[in-house]
Amino acid sequence: HCCLGVKTLSMKLNAAHPISEQSDPLSLSGRSRGAIISQYYNRTMQLRRRRQSRPAIRDFSRSARPSIRGYGMEVDSTDAEVSKRDRLVNNLQNLSVSDRVRMLRGMPLSVAEKTLQKEKHTLSGSQIPCCSQLKYYIIIGARHSWYSWLNFLHSLQLWQVALKTVSGRFGTGVLSYFLFLKTLLFFNFFLFLVTGAFMVLPQAVHPPVLPAGRSSFSGLELLTGAGYFSDTVMYYGYYSNYTLRKSCRDDGGVQNVSLSNGTRLDCVSKHLSYNMPLAYFFTIGVAFFITCIILVYSMSKSFGQSFRIDKSHSILAMKVLCSWDFKVIKKTSVKLMSENISTQLKELLAEVNQKHVKNTACQKLWRLMVHGLAWTICIGSTTACVLAIYYFSGSRIADNNLLLTEASLLALPVVVSLINLLLPGLFNLAAWMEDYESPSVRTYVAICRNLMLKVSVLGLLCYHWLGRVACWESFVGQELYRFLLMDFIFTLLDTLFGEFLWRLFSEKVLKRRRKPVFDIARNVLELIYGQTLAWLGVLFTPLLPAVQIIKLFLLFYIKKSSVMMNCQAPRKPYRVSQMTTVFITLLCFPSFLGASVCVTITMWSITPSSSCGPFRELKTMFQAGKRWVEELEKDNPNLSVLARAHSYLVENPFFLFVGAGIFLIVIYFHSQVVDGQRKIISLLQEQIENEGEDKKFLITRLQSIHEKKRTPARRLTSQVSLCCSGALQQLFLSKAKTISITWPPLSSYVFFFIYFSFRTSAVEIPTSSRQASSVL
Amino acid sequence: VCRETTVESSMKRDNKPNCPVLVPSVILHSRYRELAPHLVPLDYTNNPDIRVPLALIVAMPELKENPFRDRIVETFSEDGHGNLSFNDFVDMFSALCETSPRELKTIYAFKIYDFNRDSFICKEDLRKTLNKLTKGDLTPEEVTLVCDKSIEEADLDGDSKLSFSDFENMISKAPDFLSNFHVRI
Repeated sequence: HCCLGVKTLSMKLNAAHPISEQSDPLSLSGRSRGAIISQYYNRTMQLRRRRQSRPAIRDFSRSARPSIRGYGMEVDSTDAEVSKRDRLVNNLQNLSVSDRVRMLRGMPLSVAEKTLQKEKHTLSGSQIPCCSQLKYYIIIGARHSWYSWLNFLHSLQLWQVALKTVSGRFGTGVLSYFLFLKTLLFFNFFLFLVTGAFMVLPQAVHPPVLPAGRSSFSGLELLTGAGYFSDTVMYYGYYSNYTLRKSCRDDGGVQNVSLSNGTRLDCVSKHLSYNMPLAYFFTIGVAFFITCIILVYSMSKSFGQSFRIDKSHSILAMKVLCSWDFKVIKKTSVKLMSENISTQLKELLAEVNQKHVKNTACQKLWRLMVHGLAWTICIGSTTACVLAIYYFSGSRIADNNLLLTEASLLALPVVVSLINLLLPGLFNLAAWMEDYESPSVRTYVAICRNLMLKVSVLGLLCYHWLGRVACWESFVGQELYRFLLMDFIFTLLDTLFGEFLWRLFSEKVLKRRRKPVFDIARNVLELIYGQTLAWLGVLFTPLLPAVQIIKLFLLFYIKKSSVMMNCQAPRKPYRVSQMTTVFITLLCFPSFLGASVCVTITMWSITPSSSCGPFRELKTMFQAGKRWVEELEKDNPNLSVLARAHSYLVENPFFLFVGAGIFLIVIYFHSQVVDGQRKIISLLQEQIENEGEDKKFLITRLQSIHEKKRTPARRLTSQVSLCCSGALQQLFLSKAKTISITWPPLSSYVFFFIYFSFRTSAVEIPTSSRQASSVL
Repeated sequence: VCRETTVESSMKRDNKPNCPVLVPSVILHSRYRELAPHLVPLDYTNNPDIRVPLALIVAMPELKENPFRDRIVETFSEDGHGNLSFNDFVDMFSALCETSPRELKTIYAFKIYDFNRDSFICKEDLRKTLNKLTKGDLTPEEVTLVCDKSIEEADLDGDSKLSFSDFENMISKAPDFLSNFHVRI
């Protein structure tokens, strides 16, 4: 976007010249189409040149006036439209396919025009020799089938109609919550596919021999995840620690043999063997790595769309011209939106007109005290809750009744979910007490506090789970399953009480006309929390993404019905792209980073339990990979280089430090480039202003000369008095100093004289004092 | 929709040079036909010159409540009075769709807000825009003040009206523009 700003401003400088009327895409004379075609001809020419060589940054130096670059360029306005079109088609042909498609899509011509362009393109395409023509047809056929596939995907778009209904009624803000839900669904779907294909399926096909005494299915398993489910493919403990082989016998393989020496059966199929521990380790690692890449990519794309270098001041203009949401189609929502915009405009006007009132020292102190009190309340309540969870989790209820013991496992998740539900209410109260002026600051503070609560709760739970029980991994997996489920149940309850019953209450009892507002930030944070749990749990419960998918699916429909029935759009201005960027960043940084750090620590340094799971009898889970490399080296000494590479790159932290260092250096360079572009933008803006002032100055000067020529007796009564040549010279000198000119202005003055002498009747003399004083 | 109409139709042309100029997308054609079933034929192979009048187009649910509906339809019409042929209809929805490029949206937004079609957004254009936006909630003095301040903020070269470059510069600073200037069909 710095490049966009630079490009826009340099185009503006080019357009400041009257002869560049041709490059204006909107000239609505009869030659509008011709103007567009010639403009795009120039652009494709520039693109072709740019693809061959890099643009020169020296074009933006202070001494050169960029607008003069356009001066003297070929301005063949006498060219017929047809030949321009041919030249444009020629340029298009010489671009690469992606450039051509992008150019075509960006052209403000009608579809008929564009197909005529393509028609000309194909006529010359038939002149290719026959072998390349075959290749050409194959490529066309492949592309055609790819577009048909995309069309098919588009037609079965998930929830297209539902999203349209929501956006039609509530606008883009509430829609962003549902789009975020859809994004999370796709992440989980990807995780489910990967773990399902590489871990669950092989193990399900080759079930291990299970210990005796499996409990039967009772309904409680769905809530607690223990009992019948604890010895199924759902949890870590079920997975075998040997290489699965397709055997001829019925008993399905031999247990407790060391790793990949594997089973020595009589008839062993050499082809189908599957090293389960290695597969487990690598699947989790690769899934996390790919998720990381996708997250970082979408975060950077979202950041790029919402970050603006030039944080300037055209707020009012933006509010007037960019704030109408074209997606809203319901009549009441449209009325509400126009009321919102009016209110915001009035507030902005009041802000702009009023001088900012400085607080006295006493008021500042008071505000500081209030803020301090609010933060103390928040941090204090968070600490109290964390301690409560710590002591509660330490105590265990042991009872003779097995069912009650199982049900008591639900106690901790219920307590945690209750805390997650109630404490944000307390934070809202504290924020209401503090009374922030700016709504975005208020939102960020609320997000900070919620984040602090959730991070501390999750941190404590992680510490509490590690290494307590025998076969602790399955236990952790079960706990995470319970937490996820309780989170879902409490979200349902919150939707019921917070939205449905509150709406009834406020309508019937409080007699308010307006429905409650859908709190987007809080709901998105809940989604992020649930996703963190899912990511934490994948290592221990490979089927947890499936549970999360079901949960998100149900949540979509429940939230949608609740929103349509009970809520209305937020009244405060909601900056969608900024908030979406914040949420994706929160998903990436505390949520995914925390989960992957936990998983990495578990894999790298914690001893797996010795009685269950695919990594028993290993010191760390990471050893699975290492042993495999050693086995490879033993079997095939040529691969020793791989083993050595493995030990240097993966085990040695030096490589990681160097990588991180290089990464930081690259980031630093990029930030310096952004700074430089910012400086260029301000320079260009200054030059535009100066050119505008030049133009005004020359207009008034020429006007005055013309008037003097016409009626030498009549004195000029305008505020611009330029009679004395000494003052004129001084003016020229001062202008020269500010712009540091050489020959260009003289020629431009000559040009202006010729041009404006034919247009004096149309020119107004600027009479506002600001302009006059600037000229003076 | 965007991809299909601008590239796929031209790709289909590459395969069969004798097929008609346009391959209409099924959804858009059915929506277009719904507006005036007696006017619009089912078969477009002869490329008939049918234009649906403005009054029928702005009755579409996607446009019915939009305060700028007349200007949108006029901008995309060939004759400037709002009578859309099917080509124009497709143009309109592909320019307003989600994946339409930023430059295209900026150009058409400028055309829509330029009520008097002089390639500049002057104070009068802004005043009309504001009145349509707020539907009389602001007093005339407030409207004048808002227009003056907006021009002051966004006008770079001081000619007290917004040219396309001023508009484009301002839009590049508004990150919500792309998601707001989008009509779902």
